[in-house]
Amino acid sequence: MSSELRIAVPRGALFTETLDALDRIGLNTAEVRANDRKLLFEDAGIITMRPSDVPTYVEAGAADVGITGKDVLMEQSEREVHELRDLDYGRCVMVLASVAGEDRAADALRRLGVMRIATKYPRIAANYFQATGRQAEIVEVKGSVELAPLTGLAEAIVDLTATGTTLRENNLVIREEIAVCTARLIANPVADRLKARAIDSLLERLDVR
Amino acid sequence: MADRIPSGTRDVLPDEMRELRAMTDRIRAVFERAGYGEVYTPALEYERTLHPDDQTPNPAYRLFDEHGDVLMLRSDMTVPIARVVGTRYPTAPTPLRFSYFAHAYRGVRPQRGQSREFLQAGVELVGSPAPDGTAEALTVLCDALDAAGLKNFRIGMGDVSLYPALLESVGVPADVSERILAELATGDFVGVERELAELRLTGADARLLLRVPRMRGGPEILEDLTGPLEQAGTGMRAVHALLSSGTAARVIFDFGLVRSLGYYTGAVFQVYDPAYGVPIGGGGRYDELLARFGRPLPAVGFALNVERLHIALTAEERDEL
Repeated sequence: MSSELRIAVPRGALFTETLDALDRIGLNTAEVRANDRKLLFEDAGIITMRPSDVPTYVEAGAADVGITGKDVLMEQSEREVHELRDLDYGRCVMVLASVAGEDRAADALRRLGVMRIATKYPRIAANYFQATGRQAEIVEVKGSVELAPLTGLAEAIVDLTATGTTLRENNLVIREEIAVCTARLIANPVADRLKARAIDSLLERLDVR
Repeated sequence: MADRIPSGTRDVLPDEMRELRAMTDRIRAVFERAGYGEVYTPALEYERTLHPDDQTPNPAYRLFDEHGDVLMLRSDMTVPIARVVGTRYPTAPTPLRFSYFAHAYRGVRPQRGQSREFLQAGVELVGSPAPDGTAEALTVLCDALDAAGLKNFRIGMGDVSLYPALLESVGVPADVSERILAELATGDFVGVERELAELRLTGADARLLLRVPRMRGGPEILEDLTGPLEQAGTGMRAVHALLSSGTAARVIFDFGLVRSLGYYTGAVFQVYDPAYGVPIGGGGRYDELLARFGRPLPAVGFALNVERLHIALTAEERDEL
């Protein structure tokens, strides 16, 4: 299998399932699996990166296609990439969660007019509260979002959860489900035209599962 | 602290300017040879002339003049030239041929190759219907790109009327059509699939609607078309038949090409280069725009983004090393 296409592969939660999917369509990902630090694998046509960087590389044409979560695409909705397939794995839910018991976020909204929401997804959160007609102050944090409502930084969080375990362990309960997010295959718009045959062939092989 | 300049604008210094100038001079010679006289129009127009709601892409800058009228920085040259035709050439024999090298202004997310003030090089051919006018515009476009020195470019050609006609032919309600076309314009094929799944179409119709926007490639995709596709295919074949073999070899057909500009009515094109991940320019037919300015004439044109063309040239040079 020649590497006509350069594929951006996300490290992190989607990494193994993405490599499994690429194995099934005939790419050899053994070197990628064996190598934690290397980022560019010329023979397989694979580059690895953080999931949130995948749209950046694909939009610029530094990768022809890429795989990342719908959460990343929603957060970076201005990226000019083609979203070609819902790959159906890596299912997570974007949720609004707050400390168990009486919902402090609802209380803050009622009595103070605004709720403070901690999140790694400021645009998804802002759009959601805008769409549902509620005033919210978005507090952007880079990690361990669960800490925010436990310490009084925010009344609730908007975050991605797969099993809900981390939320439960931190005494948080899901109040609302915002969106279901799965892995998506995206393509650079120019590559999608000029390498149409290679991309269509990739899609066909991904569809036969 | 250094004096800053507004977001999305930039300064061009002599080394870059020399290269840009050499490139635009070569393109200008092509336009002149093809009979396209150069025009310049005001960067500022009355907002009502530009119809920002449906005919002007992404306007960024508006201001008031001393009479309280709203002025807008033009976001392309097509509408201003349509105005020129209506006001300065109300009775002139057609076809009319104009070229321009002019800045346009859009509220884009600034990055390399995407400034809020950007130089466009383009032509407008007024009064020449499809397929002859379209073929002439494509020929001038290819000649201009050749003259600029770009080697591996391709021109994608689609038809904006194709997909709406197809949606209508299978009875998709207008509001859903709007959503599907908007998703297609942003390249959200997963969204299109979801919308279609909710419509409960017959299996054959749903497959057709999913397959058509992904149809792109050489002239072979124009064969064996039926229904609304046949009409669009006939139109594209007619244009293709008029092109020289050199120009024809540059064209790829793309049934999924829906440029989101409001004024396009038929054939649309976009310029690609494998060395650069974003389109370098585009254009198409706008057979209804001129009527707004009192001269109902068919028209076609294209614009190249000069900065992106320069980036693509540099990228091709780098790839050759």
